Amino acid sequence: MSMKVQTRQVDGVTILDLSGRITLGEGSVTIRDAVRDVLAKGSNKILLNLGDISYIDSSGIGELVSAFTTVKNSGGELKLLNLTKKVHDLLQITKLYTVFDVKDDEATAISSFTK
Amino acid sequence: MADSNSSRVSFTLDSSLDSVNKIELTAEQVAQRAGFDEDTIPHIAMAVREAAVNAVLHGNSYDTSKHIVASFETTSDSLIIRIADQGPGLDPDTIPDPLAPENILRGSGRGIFLIKAFMDEVNFRQLHPGTELTLIKHRTPAQPGT
Repeated sequence: MSMKVQTRQVDGVTILDLSGRITLGEGSVTIRDAVRDVLAKGSNKILLNLGDISYIDSSGIGELVSAFTTVKNSGGELKLLNLTKKVHDLLQITKLYTVFDVKDDEATAISSFTK
Repeated sequence: MADSNSSRVSFTLDSSLDSVNKIELTAEQVAQRAGFDEDTIPHIAMAVREAAVNAVLHGNSYDTSKHIVASFETTSDSLIIRIADQGPGLDPDTIPDPLAPENILRGSGRGIFLIKAFMDEVNFRQLHPGTELTLIKHRTPAQPGT
């Protein structure tokens, strides 16, 4: 199942609803392009909703990290929402869980972005 | 002496992401038939996927003239998976630690780490040319041989 992205705006935050697999190849490129597209349009508050991500490999994790640093270097914020157990465990194992700001509630996530 | 409970399957594939997907799926199926539990099976499949990606991407550099060889062997004790490429060879001692503070925000370099996290034994063998990665997952006492 290839990765799909849907974009919406809530209170100045761009939410990317991701579904499918974030793996080497199509999935990782899709997320990279989606984040760059959001930044190019002038939005640097990005929330990645991973609730429907069924699988992520090390390349996918690398893309999440790259997206995080790209957004941060542009003066923005990138946060994660609705991690599945699988993704949560992978971020824990790779010591990335404390690098990202992870939320499990959309409203809380949106209000946590710097105004 | 051959283990009466052992079975082995091996195949040669081209250096493509499609091959990676096939190897991952095979690992999942073999692990399932071998009786591993539902938490362990995806870990085995992920470790094998990472090894296959390394073979295709870093070993063979997607070179269509080079192949990867994958074998799956089940014994009464273990599941043994071997992934071999035809690349320049990999020295595992040169792989940076992805957990080190200076590497934690790197966009790559976590594949070998995840393989070691999910498998019980990981061995590298230089083939000259190429590298063979052996991944071993031991059965628990509650999982009888097939």
